[in-house]
Order: sequence, then structure tokens, then C-alpha cells
Amino acid sequence: MAEKVLMKGNEASAEAALRAGCRLYFAYPITPQSELIEYMAKMMPKVNGTFVQSESEVAAINMVYGAAGCGKRVMTSSSSPGISLKMEGISYLAGANLPAVIVNVQRGGPGLGDIQPAQGDYFQATKGGGHGDYRLIVLAPSTVQEFADMTELAFDLADKYCNPVMILSDGLLGQMMEPVEFKPHKTAEELAKLDKQHFDWCIHPNEDEPNHHHHEINSLEIDPLVLEQHVIKLGQKFDKITANEQRHEEYNISDENEVLVVSFGTAARIAKSAIDELKEEGISVGMIRPMTVWPYPYDAISNRITDKIKKVVVMELNLGQMIEDVKLAVNGRKSVEFLGKVGGILFTPAEAKAKIMENI
Amino acid sequence: MKLICSGFGGQGALTIGKFLAKAGMAEGKEVSWLPSYGPEMRGGTANVSTIITETPIASPLVTYPDILVALNQPSVDKFGQDIKKGGLLIANSDMCPNELKRDDIDIIYAPMTKIANEIGSIKVLNMVAIGIVIGKTNLVKYETLENDLTAFLAKKNPQLLEANLIAIKKGMALAK
Repeated sequence: MAEKVLMKGNEASAEAALRAGCRLYFAYPITPQSELIEYMAKMMPKVNGTFVQSESEVAAINMVYGAAGCGKRVMTSSSSPGISLKMEGISYLAGANLPAVIVNVQRGGPGLGDIQPAQGDYFQATKGGGHGDYRLIVLAPSTVQEFADMTELAFDLADKYCNPVMILSDGLLGQMMEPVEFKPHKTAEELAKLDKQHFDWCIHPNEDEPNHHHHEINSLEIDPLVLEQHVIKLGQKFDKITANEQRHEEYNISDENEVLVVSFGTAARIAKSAIDELKEEGISVGMIRPMTVWPYPYDAISNRITDKIKKVVVMELNLGQMIEDVKLAVNGRKSVEFLGKVGGILFTPAEAKAKIMENI
Repeated sequence: MKLICSGFGGQGALTIGKFLAKAGMAEGKEVSWLPSYGPEMRGGTANVSTIITETPIASPLVTYPDILVALNQPSVDKFGQDIKKGGLLIANSDMCPNELKRDDIDIIYAPMTKIANEIGSIKVLNMVAIGIVIGKTNLVKYETLENDLTAFLAKKNPQLLEANLIAIKKGMALAK
């Protein structure tokens, strides 16, 4: 692998996007995401790409729609209030089967909230946010390395399914520095191949190609019978994604576990500290960390609900959102407890430890 | 080893953490660097949690540091009581008039502002602090820092490079 560099999560995501062949990026600045747009402003011209600081988040997501319709790898990023503004455009992208990558570096909400790390956008990311029957693939990184790796994965999944993909990060992962290794830049041949895979649907395929013709990109189907078939097809695609793309990490999982923790992203890092400390004290606690929060790894959690598990504890930086999915997975077999913090405040490893001990 | 480095904005507290983390990474250790960010109060502190260890880092947030590097009084006031028993306080005596009263930790007060000015640039104040950290704890090697600073500054500003290296060495001498 390449040399390790010390980088902020926001910068690492931008660098990984460039290496993955993203040559179009449109966004509007907002804390705690601004290093991402800053990095793109500086580096995009060096790879002959196009960077636009748009007049608003709404403009940026619609530029993404246009670029995605041309079959190009395109990305936008923002933080919570800005992501809300993009929701209409995200629904349009999903409705038109367009691949795009959207990064949300979450901050405290609702409303303008504050600029500290939070996970209050889980519902918005995984259950809709925009209108209509659509799904976003949602990746939840927990380290700077994973933020970078998931950025590349996001482009691949977007291309594979012609669907928008969101990276659900937060202010801590965006602002902190950790060592990160990058894959090499895609070669000119690889980039050409990426373009080519969309020629059968994108708006204006390369005219040098034989049998090229233009396509219409649209999310408006005024005939109900046509729309019905369109949405059924979308549903079949979402079923396929659900079957193929669930990802999770198992941490300290064993048959000795007395408590099962479920936590994602930054919250999971703090939970790990608590689990490590308890391990030294001879108390066995395992954790499932969903890495895709849609599709949600229900089976991975369900399979770990053994007789020995006394309780399931969900830890999030919100009032309790992912806990609803955990309850679906547990399906009443064990009681599901919750530790959360709001307002952009983190719970401490000591608080996580105390919560686990309450439930043993 | 868990550190908090703290000072007025512009004193270079965040940079202390960054250079130590980079050096730790170069020596094959696990590192993390988590800054405080946002609307810090004027006259308050900017601070960074830095962790350098042999094992993977779970939570990057430092609540109880092994080492506190305090470049000003508000930093001592905010974090001084949180230093782990047996830990270390390194404070800038030129800007921390009220000494921390604890007998369960090591305490080094050094006139960092004065030393930096003597070297010829107030900019190297934070490098004096780094020198004290590595002189006292062997957290990272001097050579690693020298290599990194040389790569960073040798062409851009050789004079500042020289001042930085002198500052680290003075700090190390103070710690012995």
C-alpha cells in the first residue's frame, strides 16, 4: 500500500473521491464540512476537473443531477441543514435512477442547531427525507480511513445500481486527523471504462461510439400505469441492494457476550473504548457496528441474540433513531436499552461503561 | 499516551499535537488528532486531543490526559484538575501566573515566551513545548521531528527551520 498521511476526514474523503475518478464537484460551504469543499477547490483544477461553489445547496444538488445524467462521477457535500435543502434534488436523482455521491458531515440539529458532531440525521438519511418511494444507500464511516474507503465504495455502488449514495459522517470524523492510506489514482483507461458503463442510458454518449444515441433523463411520468411500472422496477432494485450490500463490523463478538451493543460511526468508537475497559475487568460485551445503515444489517444483529445475551444496548448521538431498526432486528426477544447524547455533545467511555453495567 | 495541548488561538497549541502525531505515525504508532473547533470564546482556549499509542485508538476524545501542555492560564484552569494521577503538566510560566497546586503529578513550568523570543521568533514557542514533552517522556524521537520539519521547511524557510530545531533542543535540555 501507499504511504500513510495524517489527514482530516473531510480532506481524506475529497482526496479519495478524486482518486476514484470524480471530476465534477458542486457544493456550498458549511461548518463542519468546509475542509472538503476547500480541498476540492484547490485540487480539482489539478486533475482537470470542474469545481463550482454554487449559490446555494439547492443549486449544487441540481448541478449534480445534470452531471450524473451525463454519466459522470459527481459528488456534493454539506452538513445537516444544507443536506435538508438538497432533499428535493436527492428524490429526483433517485427517481431518475442517477448515480451520485452525497456526503453529510452531520452537526447538531434540528434547525440550524450547532456545529458539533451529532447523528440526528439518521432518520432523514435512511427513511427518506425527500418524497416518494426511494432508498438511498447510506454508508456510515467510523474512522478517517473508512471515510476515505467508503467514498470510493460510494462511487462504485452508485455506478453499480444507478442510485444516489450518501456517506453519513459527522463533525468529529470530518475534523479529526488520523493516518490514512489511499489507493492510486484511476488511469485514463479506467476512467474511460467508467464513462462507458453508462452509455446505454446517459443523456449524450460519446459520439465516437457506434450506435450512439441520446437518452431522456426524467423523473416525471404523468401516466399512472407507466409510473407504476417505474416504481415497481425501483423497488426491485432496492430489493437487490438489500440482498447484496449489507455491511457491518463485529467487535469482540463471542458466545460469552452478556450484552450486545449496537452503535455506528463516531458513537461506536466511544462504545469500543468502554468494551475494551470491560474486557480487562472480565466482562464480555460484543458490538455490531452497522457500516451500511441502509440497507440495514438486520440479520447480523438478529443472529447474535443468543440465550446468554441479557440485554441489547443501542448507543447513538441523538434521541434514539437507529434503535427502531435494532428493535426490528431483535423482534422482542430481548429488551433494548438506549444511551444517547444530543446537542453536539459526545457521551464518554465512562458513561457508555456505566450504561452497559446497568444492564448486566 | 493521551495529551491535551491548549493555548490562545495563534500560539500553536494545535500544531504541537499535529507534529507529535505525525512523528508518532512515522514511528509506526497509532495516532489521532481531534481539535476543538467552532466559536471559541475570545480570550479562551483552543485545544486539541492527541493520542499516540501502540494499540488501535477507539475514542479519540481525551477527557483525562496523561500530559497537559498549557500555553496560557485559561488552559491550566480548564484542564489542570483533569490530568491523570502520575501525569505531567507542562506550562508556559510567562503566561500562567497562578501555579497549579497538585502533588500527585509532575509539573514543569518553563518561560516559553521568553525562550522563543531569545531564539528570535515567538513562532517557535510551541516547539519549546514539544522539546519539553519529548525530553521528559521519550514520546517520539527528536530525529523523527527533525526529519519531518526539514522536509516541511528546508526549502521554504531554512531560517525558521533552524529556529525550530534550536527551540526543540532547548526544551529537551530544560526537561532533563
